Amino acid sequence: MGLFRKNFGLLAFAAALGLAPLALPNDYYINVLILCCFNALIVMGLNLLMGYAGQVSLGHAAFFGLAAYTTAISTATLGLPIPVGMLAGVAVSAAVAWLLAVPTLKLHGNYLAMATLGFGIIVSIVFNEAVGLTGGPSGFVGIPRLKIAGFTFTSDKAYYFLSAAVLWVATLVSRRVIGSRTGRALRAIHVSESAAQAMGIDIARHKRFVFVLSAVYAGVAGTLYAHHLTFVAPSSFGFHFSVQLLTMVVLGGMASIWGAVAGAFFLTSLPEFLRMFEEVDILIYGGLLIACMMFMPSGLAGGAQAIARKLKAGVRRG
Amino acid sequence: MADLLEVRNVSVRFGGVQALSEAALTVRQGDITSLIGPNGAGKTTLLGVVSGAVTPTGGTVRLAGQDLSGLPIHLRAQAGVVRTFQNLEIFSNMTALENVMTGAHMKAGYSMLDSLLHTPRFTREEKRLRELAMEKLEFVGLAERRDALASDLPYGEQRLLELARAMASGPRLLLLDEPAAGMNNKETAGLGTIIRRIRDELHIGVALVEHDMELVMDISDRITVLHFGSVLAEGTPKEIQDNPDVVAAYLGED
Repeated sequence: MGLFRKNFGLLAFAAALGLAPLALPNDYYINVLILCCFNALIVMGLNLLMGYAGQVSLGHAAFFGLAAYTTAISTATLGLPIPVGMLAGVAVSAAVAWLLAVPTLKLHGNYLAMATLGFGIIVSIVFNEAVGLTGGPSGFVGIPRLKIAGFTFTSDKAYYFLSAAVLWVATLVSRRVIGSRTGRALRAIHVSESAAQAMGIDIARHKRFVFVLSAVYAGVAGTLYAHHLTFVAPSSFGFHFSVQLLTMVVLGGMASIWGAVAGAFFLTSLPEFLRMFEEVDILIYGGLLIACMMFMPSGLAGGAQAIARKLKAGVRRG
Repeated sequence: MADLLEVRNVSVRFGGVQALSEAALTVRQGDITSLIGPNGAGKTTLLGVVSGAVTPTGGTVRLAGQDLSGLPIHLRAQAGVVRTFQNLEIFSNMTALENVMTGAHMKAGYSMLDSLLHTPRFTREEKRLRELAMEKLEFVGLAERRDALASDLPYGEQRLLELARAMASGPRLLLLDEPAAGMNNKETAGLGTIIRRIRDELHIGVALVEHDMELVMDISDRITVLHFGSVLAEGTPKEIQDNPDVVAAYLGED
């Protein structure tokens, strides 16, 4: 019973991910769901970094892109097996994050945001200018469709289930990291670095850990993205996407793993729902964002919690 | 009893201000040593030199003979020097229990892999940590508040929570920076009892910076008086109260 209740969220999430395709009116939307999973992966990592540890990154699209281009080049240009390319992609994202963490995580608040912003822009320029390697602004074509141990993920449905499974595992990992002493240390660093240090917590090490972990999440999403679309272009990995990711974190709810999922799914699928409004869709999108933040300042997760509390109180009152 | 903390000839300069010059402080194992002096005398700075938050221009800090100079804050904490803060630094985003469990961070004997796989070691150690944290909450009288969000606690209880959190890290030397600030008389008396129990039951050395003279005179074994960054006098509460220099510089001006 206790075990079931403790893991109820994860079980419900697995069921929801598994049943989601049944609710779709046609197969076009499965691609939207796949994109939701990718974004949720990145946002979950970014939420560990921002929501829990309090370190802002305005350059996370770069980690997503680095992994995508690495696996693209490894598999299409160099002809390496796909799993090797994907591993290399994630490894490059992680390694770059590790190198970047050493100088930047000494910075606080706006300075860290500025440093990561600069990093994102530099990476974006490299994607555009290293034409021989990346194909430049017109993009990189001919990335092979994902194939693991002889099985090719030709149908979008199969790809969705793979992406959903990866997202589910990432959720499990996030929950376990947060539920450990490392998670407490990260939350402590968010509120008071001096108190965290006074408790014997090595701040530099923990910040670096969570930064690299968030880059790994973005990297996994990037490699899945590349082998799904079979085409990548620099415009997908620019400053605009970094800001979108940040918006998903805040809208979903800081320091909430479910909030990260909710924020990513909501903001990724919202444009599809707004398509019918044609030219004013972007206005409605903005209006909804403002309304959400006005009425749910602690995000979708915080809003849901507040509603649940009210319902509970109502039930008790009878 | 042996000297737990030995601070010798410590000087600190902030820009043009000489905050400490050749200051000294000794805390013996299982003793409460108070640091008193007028505002700006360098009390908090001296605590900072011990905890590692302030880098001195000269002098030595030794804990049970081990030279702490140059060690960063978290390594000093691991060596057993743990502080509380003048301006509360509780983890407002956590419950009272989580705050104290974070205090026990260094005591957790499991790796990241253990927490990812939820191995028996992880479960066992987390349980142990929770029990240790509960014990500390009980010690300061906050056991019933375990699940309250730390920021929801009244001020006096937040001070006690900080104390419980510091205790959970298993310190050999506890640095308390104005723990009674903002407390009423009843709360201060309760705090005095707790600090005494820290000394008598746990034999932890305590260095106390406090403005409440009644509390200081009541619980201290030794007192060091700082004046303009230097030691003006050192002795038992009785000796300090009878010291004409101290009375002239500080105590008499009430």
